[in-house]
Amino acid sequence: MFEPFLLSFKLASITVAILFFIALPLAWYLSQTHSKVKPFIEALTALPIVLPPSVLGFYILVALSQNSPIGALFKDTFDMSLVFNFTSLVIASCFYSLPFMVQPLQSGFESLNKQMLEASYLAGKSKFQTIFFVALPNIKSSLLTALIITFAHTVGEFGVVLMVGGSIPGETKVASVAIYEMVETMNYSLAHIYSAIMIGINLVVLLSVYIFSAKHNKKFGL
Amino acid sequence: MIDIKINKELLGASGSLILDVELQIQKGEFLALSGDSGSGKTTLLRILAGLEKANGNIKVHQQEWLNAKQTLPPQKRSIGFVFQEYALFDNMTVIQNLLFIAKDKNLALHLLEITELTTLQNRYPKTLSGGQKQRLSLCRALMQKPKLLLLDEPLSALDSHIRSKLQTQILKLHKEFDTTTIMVSHDPSEIYKLASRVVMLKDGKVTKDGKPRELLLKQNGSQKFSFSGELLELKKVDIVYVAFIAIGQQIVEVVLSKEEASSHKVGERVTISTKAFSPILS
Repeated sequence: MFEPFLLSFKLASITVAILFFIALPLAWYLSQTHSKVKPFIEALTALPIVLPPSVLGFYILVALSQNSPIGALFKDTFDMSLVFNFTSLVIASCFYSLPFMVQPLQSGFESLNKQMLEASYLAGKSKFQTIFFVALPNIKSSLLTALIITFAHTVGEFGVVLMVGGSIPGETKVASVAIYEMVETMNYSLAHIYSAIMIGINLVVLLSVYIFSAKHNKKFGL
Repeated sequence: MIDIKINKELLGASGSLILDVELQIQKGEFLALSGDSGSGKTTLLRILAGLEKANGNIKVHQQEWLNAKQTLPPQKRSIGFVFQEYALFDNMTVIQNLLFIAKDKNLALHLLEITELTTLQNRYPKTLSGGQKQRLSLCRALMQKPKLLLLDEPLSALDSHIRSKLQTQILKLHKEFDTTTIMVSHDPSEIYKLASRVVMLKDGKVTKDGKPRELLLKQNGSQKFSFSGELLELKKVDIVYVAFIAIGQQIVEVVLSKEEASSHKVGERVTISTKAFSPILS
């Protein structure tokens, strides 16, 4: 009965893990650069926030279908389809949730005292060491916000998932899609249970974020 | 021996200016860098540290740091830098701030002892006072036993009592670690106390270079005492005038004749000097 939830959480966890490693260098680059291409990259990154999920879903579907070069490549080499399965959901979610990971990290990095980073460089530390031992630990609230919001946003996605994955039980039928189907088939009692669980989980998650950042700020005397 | 010959265009508050500096600094020297704000002092330090780009040559103890072909990254320069605003690692405790630079616990504890921070070693920087933060920043700069110690107005945010104490500690550490030190400072007493040489910058150029005693003692006549200050107020009292002058943190009164009073305006910088004088120190 709770399979759609497990699927949602599995999808969200994998998406968060992949996006963290994609977004981290991107957010760092955007926070440190004065390049003229910065606004263009920023606009592209933010696009999924404003685009209707159907537009995003449509193009992901086009790009991954077996008629596209990428889809054909995977079909020929791995005998694997990139649409209407779990992999396609992960790929779609990474596009859809990218801004929610990049933006908090970028604004966190931008808020850091530049001289603190310079002090680390002068001590002989590489960029990599500086990011992991100085920059990230000093933006713990931004980091947590990025991880949690990306997770919650991926759990909450509906349109893109439906278009790219359909509704295959155990494969692509995540909680949000399941609720949609219950309402369609007028199974209101189960829809209520699912929806209530969704609200409960998200509330607890958000509450813990806010409690954590309050405690964290207190610890460092902020 | 440090050889510096650099050139860089700066965009200052009053338009652009060319920073054009040529300096030779001996090993072990304590050099004070002085001059108006916007004259390029901080930029010069940042260029030395490799934090800003410039044209020219920098050679430190036979090692090329900057030339036409390459710029040595800050990581490879072995520089201790003390920033005006501390720039401590807020996520680490006092002792962790030092051990992050070099895993040398004995040195860290030794530095904390000299700067009287031993009891605070497990505190986070945000809970320290300004003076404590700057002492920690100084310790951190010395953790990698730098060839060159750069101090960018390290004491300007602190009150005079703590300043004086920290000056003593800076001098002690400079001698103990046998580094070459360059410090940006505006305070003549600080420069006199610490530096073996003063370089004054104006609009990006070196205008004066010499021993603090020669440059800072403003004796150009036979005066025994000479101070410069700001004329705050001129008041007529009976047949004489009284001038109120601010010298450093003090305000003094001086009696003037009518002629003297008419040749000065409130707000201007004046020099008070006297010849026959037997001062009393108490």
